[in-house]
Amino acid sequence: MPTVYIPTLLQNLTGGRATVEADGATVREVIENLERSWPGLRERLLDQERLRPNISVAVDGEVSPLGLLERVSPASEVHFVAAIRGGSVCIRTVR
Amino acid sequence: MEFLCEPRQSLLECLRDVIGLTGTKEGCNDGNCGACTVLMDGRIVNSCLVLGVEAQGAQITTVEGIARGNQLHPVQQAFLQNAALQCGFCTPGFIVAAKALLDQEPAPSEERIRLWLANNLCRCTGYDKIVRAVEQAAQELREVKA
Amino acid sequence: MSTAEMTVVGTRPIRHDGADKVTGRALYGADVQMAGLLHGAVLRSPHAHARILRIDTSKAEALEGVLAVVTGADFPDSPERLVDLGEGDTPLSYIRGNVLARGKTLYKGHAVAAVAATSAHVAEDALDLIEVDYEVLPCVLTAPEAMREDAPILHEDLVTKEFGEKTGRVSNVAEHFRYSMGDLEKGFAEADVIVEREFHTATVHQGYIEPQNATALWNNDGRVLIWCSTQGAFTVRDTVACMLDLPVSQVRVTPMEIGGGFGGKIPVYLEPVAALLSRKSGRPVKLVMSRREVFEGTGPTPGSYIKVKMGARRDGRITAAQGYLAYEAGAYPGAMVGPGAMCIFAAYDLANVVIDGFDVVVNKPSTAAYRAPGATNAAFAAESVVDELAEKLGLDPLELRLRNAAKEGTRRADGPKYRRIGCVEVIQAMRNHPHYKAPLPGPNRGRGVAIGFWFNVGLPSSCSLSVNADGTVNLVEGSTDIGGTRTSVAMQAAEVLGIPAESVRPTVVDTDSVGYTAVTGGSRVTFATGWAAYEAAQDVLRQMKERAAKLWETDAAAVEVSRGVFRAGERSMTFQELAARLGETGGPVVGRGAVNPRGVGGSFSGAIADVEVDPETGKVTVLRFTSVQDVGRAIHPAYVEGQMQGGSVQGIGWALNEEYYMSADGAMLNSSLLDYRMPTSLDLPMIDTAIVEVPNPGHPFGVRGVGEANIVPPPAALANAIYRAAGVRMDRLPMNPPAIMEAIWKQRD
Repeated sequence: MPTVYIPTLLQNLTGGRATVEADGATVREVIENLERSWPGLRERLLDQERLRPNISVAVDGEVSPLGLLERVSPASEVHFVAAIRGGSVCIRTVR
Repeated sequence: MEFLCEPRQSLLECLRDVIGLTGTKEGCNDGNCGACTVLMDGRIVNSCLVLGVEAQGAQITTVEGIARGNQLHPVQQAFLQNAALQCGFCTPGFIVAAKALLDQEPAPSEERIRLWLANNLCRCTGYDKIVRAVEQAAQELREVKA
Repeated sequence: MSTAEMTVVGTRPIRHDGADKVTGRALYGADVQMAGLLHGAVLRSPHAHARILRIDTSKAEALEGVLAVVTGADFPDSPERLVDLGEGDTPLSYIRGNVLARGKTLYKGHAVAAVAATSAHVAEDALDLIEVDYEVLPCVLTAPEAMREDAPILHEDLVTKEFGEKTGRVSNVAEHFRYSMGDLEKGFAEADVIVEREFHTATVHQGYIEPQNATALWNNDGRVLIWCSTQGAFTVRDTVACMLDLPVSQVRVTPMEIGGGFGGKIPVYLEPVAALLSRKSGRPVKLVMSRREVFEGTGPTPGSYIKVKMGARRDGRITAAQGYLAYEAGAYPGAMVGPGAMCIFAAYDLANVVIDGFDVVVNKPSTAAYRAPGATNAAFAAESVVDELAEKLGLDPLELRLRNAAKEGTRRADGPKYRRIGCVEVIQAMRNHPHYKAPLPGPNRGRGVAIGFWFNVGLPSSCSLSVNADGTVNLVEGSTDIGGTRTSVAMQAAEVLGIPAESVRPTVVDTDSVGYTAVTGGSRVTFATGWAAYEAAQDVLRQMKERAAKLWETDAAAVEVSRGVFRAGERSMTFQELAARLGETGGPVVGRGAVNPRGVGGSFSGAIADVEVDPETGKVTVLRFTSVQDVGRAIHPAYVEGQMQGGSVQGIGWALNEEYYMSADGAMLNSSLLDYRMPTSLDLPMIDTAIVEVPNPGHPFGVRGVGEANIVPPPAALANAIYRAAGVRMDRLPMNPPAIMEAIWKQRD
């Protein structure tokens, strides 16, 4: 099962655990399954069905341009890191 | 050539906005970056510190006048061969200043080149390749004369 | 494929825009001329923090020659919303507010109003006629000050966020985050030696020689046309469209040649103002910043307060590292403290780490990115502490780094494990470099080293290639060229096609003419736009194989191409020969590439610096400097060297002289290029470069972004050199003569 690394400031939602396992074929599925075990995580990671704009997801050490759509394998590591998009404007209006 | 200007317009402004020669650049407008370097009667000046009216009767050389028709001047050629420019904004000022140096001194040392060009700021290159380009141009000009 | 087998990659062709750049023919933003052009000027707040009580523009409007005056009230009425500008969601009022203030001005230089007139001089005169009543408020200028309980608050609606959660605290701290790994206490308990230090760095500016500029025409068909100096035409398009409540297709941005950017020309300042003035006046309007406005009204990089504590065992293994980074965001949130925190210990394989980062607003211009933003401040702190650790352990500074160097598989504090990286190779290259072994005799002289990291980005790029009948190719791309990238991109296409670099003609075009392309920044262009060109070239080859197959009346599958020669069995044809026959085989061949690549490779860089410190004046002379960097693959070595040299010199200026010298009431006292002292040719020796190539497996040519990592180590390398030359460990930037003398005198007491 994929291993999800929980950002330090969210670890209060996982009982202090720095890593948890959650199944899924895509990052989206993994987050949905994470939420079942650890309620409250989803809201901190997502906004309106999309990754929060200041967060990127890295799968197996590589920042993924596909974000939630990125495929994940059973041995994968999933990290949530600060998004660095160098001024690339996302014309999506968040709320 | 003749141009009409207000007393408060600098030579730089006259070159760029009145005459339309935009090769000479404005970086600071107070004589501290050298992007506006032109030759006035053979001498290097910051054209932002010269009034347009002061140019009366003077021979002004700008970057547009360095190449001979289709032929780039050895300084220009050397800048390209040595990758001595990145954004290119400071380049016109450097070309004019370097040409003036080599007109006077055919074999300047590295230190002499650095001193001569100290009024021209470059933020992209760190000056290394600019100095090498001027050294190369100096050598080529010496060979042409020999 | 090694560089030795390639025919274009690794060579040094003359850049395609060379002739225009050395003759003054290349057109930069301020060179724009058009019929009916008006000139604009911007009125800026004289106060670091003030409420705007009243603005009266009537006298300015009445001045002969003035055709329009605008303020923040001229933005369309839009409901407040959040917009994603690349590093998080920002309120629309913040984005617009920095362009034209409403309600409050938050820094000296904050734009308050703008005029358009028949000449720049009339526009300036008009500014004096605009009346503004301010209620001056107390200001706060550094992160520690702004974080205090009793600090004046800049934004009444700014609530501290911790990883997306609003804490409910109104303060100047926009965000606090934390990275952690392992057990810090245990790590320090295992250490034989611990070093703990505090550092302060001053605000510095990117220092591009070309000031910001923008010309806008709000056309009769409702489209807004913009010509400007920018690192990202699409960013300008999208931001302006957002601010003006227009669909993006209603805005076209033409990026002119750009005179330096280094991150400072990613945000938008003048474009929306020019557009508003154009709409009001019915004419095109050009705005060009003065040098003073560049200092006071654009985006310098954060000043910072950083604490670093590191512990190591006698055998040289670092057992624990702790970092506290409080960065000044300037007037609006968004300091690049996140990247700083990701990079601070990135060169080391650590088990126990805690890093806290704070994004803090202060009454200074709203900060922007500056070449590896956040990382240089962090490295100054961390690499000074590592140097001190080495000294206390009696280890060579490079040896200590080697024993702890990050490798493929090392886990970083922010979580992910490294893929293939060149940290070890860079340190070894430094150790083996003649500079490191050269004797340095004489009093008051010392040598220092430091290393640094930047992760680089990918992001979207688009490219199209059209084949001409004479065998040359037109390459159309959208990445504004600050450092010669139109050539490095063209070279990659040329390598794939098997034709000379000179046969590919690159052009950077406007936002109507090419697919979406992200900013020129993040060291991404040679990597990502290069990828797009690579894909487009592969597309061209696929199509041309089919054409050859048609001519030879065989299957496309039977045609091979290598080094620009197409073959099927006994028959062959060069790219040039086949190009001449496209018309008769089906028409034009146009290839396309559009990418958002993964596989980004980070870059490590090292600096070796020799200095002499005058013990009576504190003046530091740089005697010798070497920059070492893992670039993956050097597409055009001369421009790679140029990036290394340029970044090093910016780092040297940052280290030794540059700072925003602020008065107590928040005014920058040295807002000219005389007193904001950037290095001149006379201040420097030659900058030696050593290119290390650990190819990035994620790119077809192995490219790693090269532009940024090289600015990261110089300040620390110089600090470490100054220590060996003068016996003082500097804890603040810049390390200018007064600062050095103070440190020397303090030491004597």
